[in-house]
Amino acid sequence: MLLWQTSQTINFAQGEFVMLPAFFVLAAMKFGGLSFPLAMLVGLAVALLVLGLLFKRLVVDPIIRHGVLPLVISTIALAILLKEGVKEFYAADAQPFPAAWATTNLEIAGAAISVQSLVIMAVALVTVGLLQYFLAGTATGRRMQATAQNPALARVLGIPVKRMILYTFLINAALVALASFLVSPIYLAKFSNGETLGLVAFIAAIVGGFNQVKGAIVGGVLLGVIDNFVAAYLSAQYRAAIPLFLLIAVILFRPQGLLGRVEERTV
Amino acid sequence: MRSFVSVVLALFAVGAAAQQTVNMPIVIELSGAGAVSGTNFRDGAVLAIDEINAKGGILGRKIVAPQSDTQSNPGISRAQVQKAIDSDPYVILGPVFSGSVKVNMVLAQQAEVPQITGAEAAEITQMGNPYIFRTSFGQQMSMPKIANYIRDGLKAKTVAVLWVNNDFGKGGRDTFTKEMAARGIKVVADVPTESGQVDFAADVVKLKGANADAIFVYTNEEESARFLREARKQGVTKPLIGETTLLGQKVIDMAGDAANGARGHVGLSADAPVPAVLAWKQKFLKRFGYVPDHNGIKGYTGVYAVKYATGKIGKFDRKLLAKTLHGLTITPKQEPGILMETTWDAHGDIDRVSFLAEVVDGKQKIVQTLPKLGK
Repeated sequence: MLLWQTSQTINFAQGEFVMLPAFFVLAAMKFGGLSFPLAMLVGLAVALLVLGLLFKRLVVDPIIRHGVLPLVISTIALAILLKEGVKEFYAADAQPFPAAWATTNLEIAGAAISVQSLVIMAVALVTVGLLQYFLAGTATGRRMQATAQNPALARVLGIPVKRMILYTFLINAALVALASFLVSPIYLAKFSNGETLGLVAFIAAIVGGFNQVKGAIVGGVLLGVIDNFVAAYLSAQYRAAIPLFLLIAVILFRPQGLLGRVEERTV
Repeated sequence: MRSFVSVVLALFAVGAAAQQTVNMPIVIELSGAGAVSGTNFRDGAVLAIDEINAKGGILGRKIVAPQSDTQSNPGISRAQVQKAIDSDPYVILGPVFSGSVKVNMVLAQQAEVPQITGAEAAEITQMGNPYIFRTSFGQQMSMPKIANYIRDGLKAKTVAVLWVNNDFGKGGRDTFTKEMAARGIKVVADVPTESGQVDFAADVVKLKGANADAIFVYTNEEESARFLREARKQGVTKPLIGETTLLGQKVIDMAGDAANGARGHVGLSADAPVPAVLAWKQKFLKRFGYVPDHNGIKGYTGVYAVKYATGKIGKFDRKLLAKTLHGLTITPKQEPGILMETTWDAHGDIDRVSFLAEVVDGKQKIVQTLPKLGK
């Protein structure tokens, strides 16, 4: 969503981007003999380099000038390449991924609440807060927003548009790495994880509003809650269909998403 | 003229080389949901093949075993088995997934090629195919054992069932619920899950809500590990009972601490208190660098069963091999590679000792050895 706003990049490999950093960490531990915290730092650095800088320079920059559709197709191809690459060069089966926090439970009013879940929620909230602050409360963030809204005018005003777009790609890479480190201890690290994650993230962004960060968060929470309620109280077999029903409903009745703004573009 | 003679001689040499080998293709799950099972089975088979080849092969012929990946997809497995049949195999090794075996075993049957499978769905050996042979218990053999344990060992009156909605899981669930009904144990929750499912939060909520005396888990390896992690996360305290898969070493490795306390029946175990099995485990670990699960034993013993039966009949005859395997008992004294005394019945089902186990400190611990059913 950040990428779309700043550079009109729709990344269909976003799910694979979330899958990959976990394998950077595992590879750093396995082949580099690093401890888990050090390996996470290496994983983050490699994610910034590969999924941020190289993705922009090698995939987006050469193709975006030919339009959005070629880029969409390229990112679909990239998703397949990343998935098959992990399968071929690391492992086809799921790999255990260590948790950076306690896996114990807290007993509150007779209910077991997982420390893991609390940590994930806390990290997600803090990250979103920081991101919002960065985008709205700092000069660089405001320049990035200006770039997103009108790159031509931003250029006239002296904003280094190219650098702002690069920052967006790096922030995206850091966020996918963080998501990977949070989700892999629960889902296990597997080459195919991106399929589910990418689809759900994409639907969440559209449901919440593709041009609003808070919209995507609301979309994600809504999707997660509905999905689990449906699976627990209606039917586990049809749970995969629910996000799609929600997507259709939003596209029909509120195409800009629940919290999104109506945008007009010159075509 | 000289070049013509060279070509003819070369062709004869190739023909002679082909005569000195025996083709045993491995058609197996190397990716997809069955990758853990398939890789273990494949590596077990490769270990046995290398050992046999190092000692001169079977009846003087070296084994060649080309590998093909079913991608855990029944349709692809059928195409791969057809491809294997086109290469004139002596036997086909694999696959492990019951859904795949059900759609491809007809091809092997029509071509009269014995198929040594790791699949466990009950109906596979009940379809009158004389060319299908198991390497582990079918569900009709293992579920009565686990049902007895739930009744006598846990004294449970109610049970919740979590199963994977594929041929393996559905077959196991049906057989299990029948065995529960026969023992007067009530199934209070029946929770199907999907193959490859990653999120088990809602399923665990359902199981907790059922408040059964025990929870029986019958899913494939990766799903079992994810379930165990989620069950730990939600503080499930009821006994988690499984049949072989839940207690497999790979599941334990993936689930980490969350696997501790899981218990149940294992038809095959790399931790079985049998010296030959423990020695095999070390050999496997040294060769492949990971601790094998029961599927490794399936692949290994399957190859040795073919070797022994072929040696017994003294020639490479597929039909005679199938006939010989029916009703055959192989003891470790006759063939050390079989690891434990094993009998195949008239349907291709297997009988041998099995075990009750529990996961303690990240290791499968065998707590009781159960005798062969036929004893």
